Amino acid sequence: MACKDCSNAVLEEARQIVKEVGSEPEKVIPLLQEIQKRHSYLPDDLVEAVADVMEVPASNIYGVATFYSQFRFTPMGKHLIKVCKGTACHVSGANLLTAAICDELDVEEGGTTEDMLFSLETVACLGCCSLAPVVMIDNKVYGKLTSSKVRKIVKEYKDGKH
Amino acid sequence: MENTRVFVGLGSCGIAAGAQDIYDYMDQELKSDNMDLEVTSCVGMCYAEPIVEIEHNGERRRYGYVDKKFADELIESVKTGEFSDKNLIALSDDGKKYLDRQVKIVLENCGIINPESIDEYINADGYKALAICIKEYKPEEIVSIVKESGLKGRGGAGFLTGLKWSFLAGAKGDYKYLVCNADEGDPGAFMDRSVLEGDPHKVIEGMLIAAYATGAKEGVIYCRAEYPLAIKRLGIAIAAGEEKNFIGDNIMGSDFSFHLHVKEGAGAFVCGEETALMASIEGKRGMPRLRPPFPANSGINKSPTNINNVETYGNVPFIILNGAGAFNKYAFKNSYGTKVFALAGKIKRGGLIEVPMGLTIREIVTEIGGGTSSGHPVKAVQMGGPAGGCIPERLFDTPIDYDSINETGAIMGSGGMVVMDDSTCMVDVARYFLAFTQNESCGKCTFCRIGTKRMLEILTRITEGNGVMEDLDKLEELAGHISKTSLCGLGQLAPNPVLTTIKYFREEYEAHIKDHKCPAGVCKSLITIQVIPDNCTGCTLCARVCPVGAIEGGRKKIHVIDPETCTRCGLCIEACNFNAIEVV
Ligand SMILES: Cc1cc2nc3c(=O)[nH]c(=O)nc-3n(C[C@H](O)[C@H](O)[C@H](O)COP(=O)(O)O)c2cc1C
Ligand code: SF4
Ligand code: SF4
Ligand code: SF4
Ligand code: FES
Ligand code: FES
Repeated sequence: MACKDCSNAVLEEARQIVKEVGSEPEKVIPLLQEIQKRHSYLPDDLVEAVADVMEVPASNIYGVATFYSQFRFTPMGKHLIKVCKGTACHVSGANLLTAAICDELDVEEGGTTEDMLFSLETVACLGCCSLAPVVMIDNKVYGKLTSSKVRKIVKEYKDGKH
Repeated sequence: MENTRVFVGLGSCGIAAGAQDIYDYMDQELKSDNMDLEVTSCVGMCYAEPIVEIEHNGERRRYGYVDKKFADELIESVKTGEFSDKNLIALSDDGKKYLDRQVKIVLENCGIINPESIDEYINADGYKALAICIKEYKPEEIVSIVKESGLKGRGGAGFLTGLKWSFLAGAKGDYKYLVCNADEGDPGAFMDRSVLEGDPHKVIEGMLIAAYATGAKEGVIYCRAEYPLAIKRLGIAIAAGEEKNFIGDNIMGSDFSFHLHVKEGAGAFVCGEETALMASIEGKRGMPRLRPPFPANSGINKSPTNINNVETYGNVPFIILNGAGAFNKYAFKNSYGTKVFALAGKIKRGGLIEVPMGLTIREIVTEIGGGTSSGHPVKAVQMGGPAGGCIPERLFDTPIDYDSINETGAIMGSGGMVVMDDSTCMVDVARYFLAFTQNESCGKCTFCRIGTKRMLEILTRITEGNGVMEDLDKLEELAGHISKTSLCGLGQLAPNPVLTTIKYFREEYEAHIKDHKCPAGVCKSLITIQVIPDNCTGCTLCARVCPVGAIEGGRKKIHVIDPETCTRCGLCIEACNFNAIEVV
């Protein structure tokens, strides 16, 4: 059961990942998390190569991956913007933030800008509800936002200040 | 500078409020004086973040609202030994109102100790309860004490913790698992995150005591991936615990052994349900399954397993150290001890609070929380998230206990409390939650999958002004089917937000259906955005922020919005500094 489309480099990386994380059935999610940590999404060839190394059908792995909203199947922009859509943020104007970001970056919810600089996602809650509305860019959380504040922050990222 | 220590609260939301920047700044400034800043986590006064505490000769002062300018003052006072009385948030009237009614059992150390230091936890009587258990108690005695305390599961369902432990203790099998549910999926809640970030050792000690009492050999903390800081601090805490031989083989020289690790979730709300969570730990799709068999008989890898919530474990060391009586002296009806709540939404003082059972919702919202942030009348509080309901202001004298909250149609839930004022549309809130559960349904049960979709379509129709009165009956009928035929709590409780809003806010539904009006001005199809000519100064700001170019008018001219082009995004309203744009 060789992955015929996989290059040697990809197979090598797959072996390395499996060696690091483990190949027991309960390691599927941590394996996928490791792949995504390295590539920001799940590249087809790498997932197939990992399945190969684990000696399980790739469909098994995809079955698990598609269940969880954390996993992405397309490449992501350099910066990931997550707008919180949790209850507290929803009643505190989260929609305004999404509208402002979409306008500022010319991108849609769930989309990536043409220059691959930004991806825009929404999340269920970032756990900073008392600072609602909240946005997370890469690993930084910004609270008590308004549409003009979020525009300013996004512009700073655009200008490479972060 | 002698006998002076400076602490900065670095919890996730403190950091989001700017506490890390304050830390870096003060650290830089004080380094030259050979002073090291110390780190704590969140004291729960989120509304006043960033927070800096200064201890001098054993006296601790808590300063809030610290910006760079105020940080300069604090740095100066550290150097001179003369301390400012400004922004002392624990002593101000506001702060006293916020703190006086609280009783801190689970949150006792949060924001006080350094969560990354096991020694500070030990100095605060940490791991003492575990030592007492190992040295003085037989496992079954611990189960009895926890039973007697009346502690109920804080993850939502409120099952008696001691009783649950007795099932695992009595289960057949050599290898038993213990799970800590830190999936905290309820949007608008952050109790578990704050506890794990602020005092991870307390939760770990609770798990160790549970393991000793039930004979569990291996523990898993299943933590939401959205909580990187909690995961990091848990990792540090487990490593430190292993080093001190509180975790591992032959703990404290006894023949009790227990291994513990963290498993990161992958973003599926249903994985908070215990059987789905176990499937996820096994590396499968996180689908709930029928019970029985219950986890105590067949859990992870078909071995006996016990699952408790973060806060549930967090109560255990206190109960062992102080006795069941010290815990169940806080009693109301059939509920004992305290409950942690995350106060958020349109609330003046939002944050993390811990209150004794029996306090009323009104006392929490008006006294502790200070009422609404807008100053407008409060309309409702949402409790229990997507499984819970909206409790209207007229029922705010309802006391906090499992039974009384259930009577309103909401549930105690895990502790999210989102406050709503007159700018919140209750039909929109119902639609919001249903969209959430519909999206998170695992799809196994027909009614949960299709029924919630039908309900969502009806609600969407109503918010678009195309509803008919019969829709309300249809919603109630569908709700009944979904509750009855769903396998897990997600489906069973999904109708709650809809049913409670129909019950308590029927007039809002009627306004949408009969008058095609959204009284709160939220539902886009039912509102128009327009300029109030008398207020408009012609500053042009609105025209510049409008994404679709719907606003016309030049400098110093009264602006006009074209209703055909306007998408009612609301950006111009927020941008206008002259209150010149209104929703009608
Ligand atoms: C859809 C769904 C989501 C849940 N999410 C959580 C959660 O995030 N955290 C939690 O502790 N319990 C959650 N629960 C409840 C758990 O199934 C379980 O009852 C709980 O973890 C038991 O712990 P306790 O007895 O200490 O409350 C959820 C239940 C359902 C049905
Ligand atoms: S009730 Fe819904 S979420 Fe629960 S098992 Fe059935 S389909 Fe899945
Ligand atoms: S922002 Fe307000 S004041 Fe300025 S032009 Fe627009 S409506 Fe008029
Ligand atoms: S609500 Fe949005 S689309 Fe409409 S005029 Fe204002 S900014 Fe433009
Ligand atoms: S609701 Fe947005 S951070 Fe929780
Ligand atoms: S500031 Fe820490 S929980 Fe909010």
